[in-house]
This record gives sequence, structure tokens and C-alpha cells, in this order.
Amino acid sequence: MFRFIIRRLLQLIPTLFGLSILLFIWLRRLPGGPETAILGERGTPEMRAAIRRNLGLDEPILIQYGRFVKRMIRLDLGTSISTKREVTTEFLQRFPGTIELTITAMVIAIGIGIPLGYLAARRRGRFLDYASVGGSLIGICIPVFFLAYVLKAIFSENLGWFPSSGRQDPILGATRITNFFVLDGLMTREWDAAADALWHLVLPGMALASIPLAIIVRITRASVLEVLGEDFVRTAEAKGLTENVVRRRHVLRNAMLPVATSIGLLTGGLLSGAVLTETVFAFSGIGAFLAEAISNRDYPVLMGFIMIIAVVYVMVNLIVDLSYSLIDPRVRVR
Amino acid sequence: MALLEVEDLSVSFARRGQRTVRAVDGVSFTVDTGEVVGLVGESGCGKSVTSLAIMGLLPKQPGLTVGGKAVFDGTDLLQLDDRSRRDIRGRDIAMIFQDPLSSLNPVIPIGLQVTEVLTRHRGMKGDAAAKEAAQLLDRVGIPDPKRRLKEYPHQLSGGMRQRALIAMAVACQPRLLIADEPTTALDVTIQAQILELLKDLVRDSGTALVMITHDLGVVAGMCDTINVLYGGRVVETARRRPLFREPRHPYTVGLLGSVPRLDAGRGERLTPIPGSVRDLLPWAEGCAFAPRCTRRVDACVGQPPELVSAHDGRSYRCVNPAPPAGATPAAAPVDPAAPVDPAASVDPAASGEATSAGGQVPAPREEEKP
Repeated sequence: MFRFIIRRLLQLIPTLFGLSILLFIWLRRLPGGPETAILGERGTPEMRAAIRRNLGLDEPILIQYGRFVKRMIRLDLGTSISTKREVTTEFLQRFPGTIELTITAMVIAIGIGIPLGYLAARRRGRFLDYASVGGSLIGICIPVFFLAYVLKAIFSENLGWFPSSGRQDPILGATRITNFFVLDGLMTREWDAAADALWHLVLPGMALASIPLAIIVRITRASVLEVLGEDFVRTAEAKGLTENVVRRRHVLRNAMLPVATSIGLLTGGLLSGAVLTETVFAFSGIGAFLAEAISNRDYPVLMGFIMIIAVVYVMVNLIVDLSYSLIDPRVRVR
Repeated sequence: MALLEVEDLSVSFARRGQRTVRAVDGVSFTVDTGEVVGLVGESGCGKSVTSLAIMGLLPKQPGLTVGGKAVFDGTDLLQLDDRSRRDIRGRDIAMIFQDPLSSLNPVIPIGLQVTEVLTRHRGMKGDAAAKEAAQLLDRVGIPDPKRRLKEYPHQLSGGMRQRALIAMAVACQPRLLIADEPTTALDVTIQAQILELLKDLVRDSGTALVMITHDLGVVAGMCDTINVLYGGRVVETARRRPLFREPRHPYTVGLLGSVPRLDAGRGERLTPIPGSVRDLLPWAEGCAFAPRCTRRVDACVGQPPELVSAHDGRSYRCVNPAPPAGATPAAAPVDPAAPVDPAASVDPAASGEATSAGGQVPAPREEEKP
């Protein structure tokens, strides 16, 4: 197990190396550069050249790349061109928001998706089955930003149940420790701050949960249907076990294997930021910041963020693989 | 009174736009306390569906109809509600299935799969349950039971897995055990061991056993009474020896004739039954076996053949049964206009006469065609 983890982490090194080369080439091939974003249309060629020289962009690309790698090894991601702050600082400030949002969305998606998928399978061919399968199709089809606007219009602007934007009400003047606002509130015992942060997560969390929810419902349903037809479920029934034990111990436990895989992939996807949802709810996560960095050609931010997201993605999937061996003893990690 | 009395059991599956399939079509048989009863037939003859219907384990689906009665110790199992059925299953009636690997839950240890029965029906928990489970594994011949309890099904061999399933089945000392092809998925040497184990368990505990199989060798080695099924109905019922010595139903004759024998002469070929199970006549329109039968006469088609009771508790469902050993072939053909009178077909040949040793499978020699 330990060796498995070590090996997977070592595999990360060539992955990151390859990714950095691809990213570097791809970013430099984009038309324009930071100087265009800074100067706009007005800049003279001399001014552009001065900015490029300042940023070290006039040097040969290989030297630039070499400098980037040298800094990476020291875990230094450089400074943002547009905000002039350290990329690491920017990341640490924004990523907790995205993590909170991802966790909220996945809790909603898993908490509703697995029971609903199970019930749909159990009531196959009846109303609930059709409703959840049809509903999940709608969930996949509706664009997330549209759903975000609808949720915001109904529950925030009309009913006023939830806040419409931000991560926390600034009036509270909450103390920051980790930048996980809910966690900070709990750590400092500022309960109202924690509750307020949680409240701010509900609507964007729901919007973001729609697609994972739909996918989890479908995968759970299909997987439960398959397991229900397995011989060992019949054996469990033949033992006269109560329905509850058959469901928990024999059906769900086996049906969770494919669901766990998809949860890993979906979580990884959400962690790379939800640009549109974050924009609609003015939620400061990495998504909106990344989108801005692309239009600003903020090379250090793009390189740094994407490299870290890659690491996180690999970590999440490593955890999923490890949890696999907990669910299924036949899977031995080596 | 019999322990289990199955009467006119029928199971049919209706699908929209398709013909209704009558998987079991009026099966009747009885099992006495401590008796070993065989249900024999080809694939698709309804033997497994019969057992699942008795257990109430048929997958619930629209279009499934179960009719008739299955009276166990005075209660009709088919009329019970789900909860009472769960109380009986595993405690009074237990079942062993065909494929031990797929019949065990792959992701939980063997130990829990044994103790969950003990917890459910005997209220045992924790150490007491674990201890009892170890004893059960020991009793079914699994060495080092304490270690095995912690292992998962994939870590056990095929024979061990079937032993573990048997341990789960006998955990509550059921009065009836239904074994659905318990040896089909195992290799031959293991098959013999498992049958031996089942025989021992049944003998020691007085549990009645319903042995479902297509393997006549299995039947010959264990069963007291044998029911031969064809097309979802019992076509012949007899004690073991009379059945093997002189099968009366042409299907039974065919089954015995298609068993390979070690003492067969060189170049002697097996006699298969022509056609396949799918060439089936619905029982309502005559004898289901008629399309494949070598002894078919006109009376076979039109109305279902009556059950003919012979002496010695044996019965068969045929208008033109195979002649008993010793009878002249000339006696066999029957006037198609007049169905056989049960009393008239009784013959004295069943008792006496030297037989080949019981336990083997003596296939009848080639019959003269009438």
C-alpha cells in the first residue's frame, strides 16, 4: 500500500514535466501577450517591447522554460503579471473557496444521487424510475450557468432565502486563518460566520451539483440493477436476511464500485474550477480568476494554477483508487 | 403428513408482445421428513424455477404468476407475506446454489456471511456467533476455520466455497434443504466430496433434502425418491431402484439411455434423445414430450396424459409407457383409442429379479420399437 502511494506520487513527476512543456508551448502560441492586455490597442511597438523585456519574454523560449523549471523545483511559481502578487498567495486565497464549493456540490450530488439511483433501480419501470431517469437527463442537458441564474432569481432575488453573491457577508468581519470560510468560522468559534459562509454555498453548490447528481443517479441505478441480478443477492435473500441488511451489506456495497470511480472523476473536474457558476454568484474561487488570467495572458498564473490543479487531480484519483481497495478486497493495490 | 407438499405448482412469465412462458406447469411432489428427493430433468425443464418459487425467490417482475400450493409443515408458503417468508427462509428451509463463486458476496469476508444467518435467526452476536461460525466451517470440512472466517470468497477454492455455502445453509439446522445443482460448477473429484458431505449432513441431522440436478449419477447415489421433470411437469415419480431398473416414461428411458457407461461395449454409441427441449408441446394440447418421443402414438396428442399410478408408489404420465422388464414387446403397443387403464398397466415385474447393483446407473438396453 505504502509502495503503491510512493510509486503513484513518483509517476506524478514525469506527468507534470510533460504537462509543463505542453502548457508552455500552448500558452506561447496564443496570439498576443501580456503586453497587449496591459497596454490595450494604444501601445506603441516600443512600449510593447519594453514590457516584454521587463517580463523576460524577449529571451529564447528554451531559456524561459529553463528558468520556469528552475523555479518550479524550488516550488516558486512566480508573480502574477496582472495582480503583481505571488501566484502561490493568489492560489491559497482562492482555492479554498473552490474546494468548499466542490465539497458542497458533491455532498448534494452524492446525498441525493445514490438513494435516488437505488430507489429507481428498485422501482424499475415505475413512476419514480422514469422520473429520476428523465430528470437526470434534464439535469445533464441544462447549462449550469442557466440553472445558476434561475436558482439565483428564484431563491435569492424573489424569495430572499439565500444570499445572491460572495462567499460571506463582509459586515461580519470574520477572522481568516485557512481561507476555508466555514472551517475558519468553526475554528474561531465565530458560529455566525461559519453559518453565513455555509449559507452562501447552498445556491452555487446546487447549481454545480446538477451534472454530477444526474451522472451519479444514472450510474447508481445501472449498477444496482446489475447487482440485484447477482447470485449472491439471491443467496442473501435465501438466508432470510432482512431487507435492510440485504440492501446495505449486499446490494449497495457491491454497487458502489463504479459509483466511486465516477465520484473521483467528477470531484477532480469540479476542483479545476467552475468558471460560470463562480461568475454568476460572484464567488471568489479559482475558476473566474483562471478565466481572467487567460484573457490577460498572465503566464505565471496559468502555469502555476494548472500545475497545482493537475497535482490535486492526481491526488483525488489516488484517494479513489485507495478507497477501491477498501470497498473491494479483490482489488489489491501493489 | 409430508414435510413439504407441492401441489399443482405453476409459474408463468408473461411479457408484453410475447407468448406467455409456462416455466412450471402443474408440478406436484412431496418430501417427507428426512427424505432425500430428487428433481431431475434437462436444462429448462423448470426444476430451478420450482425451487425458487417454493422459496419465494423468483425475481419480482411484472407478468410473473405463481399458482398452486407449496405446503410446508401445514403452512402454504405461497400465501405467506414477505416478512413471514423471510423468517422461514434460512431457518426452516435453506438453499444451496449452483455456482459457489457467484453465490457468495465478493466484498465481505466469509465469516460475516456465516454469522449474519446466526444473527438473523438465532440472535447470536460477536464472539458467540464467530465461535459457532468456526464450528460450522469445521463441520463442513473446511480446515483452519478461524483463519478462513477472515478471508474473502476469492481466496477460497471452488470446493471450499461450496462448503462455506453449505455451512451457511445448515447454520440453523433447517428441516428442509434445497440443493440446486450443487455440484455442477465443481470438478469431478470435488463433486464427489460435496455429495458425500451433503449425504452425511442429511443423515446426521435428519434434514430433508431436495436435490435438483440433471446428473443421474448424483440422483443414483443419494436420492430416496426421484421426480423426473419435463416441460415444467413431473412425468415420472418412483423410488430410486425401481426407476433405474425399469423406467416407464419414455423420457426417463431416454435420459438413462444417454448416460455414458464404463461397461459399455467398444464402439457402442450413446443414445441421445432426438430434438431439443424447445420442441415442446404445451401440456394443454397433449404430452409435452410427444414431439421427441420414440413411442409416440396418436393418443399422445389432443389432451394431456393422465397420471398413471402403479404399485410401489410410483407413477408416470404416459399413455404408452415403456414395457416393464420381462414383458414381451408385443404387449407394449396400446390401442390409441383407449387410454391405458391404470390398473391394467400394473405389472408384477417391479419386485424381485436380479438387478445390477444399486447406486450405479444401469441404463436400459435398447428397446424394440413397437
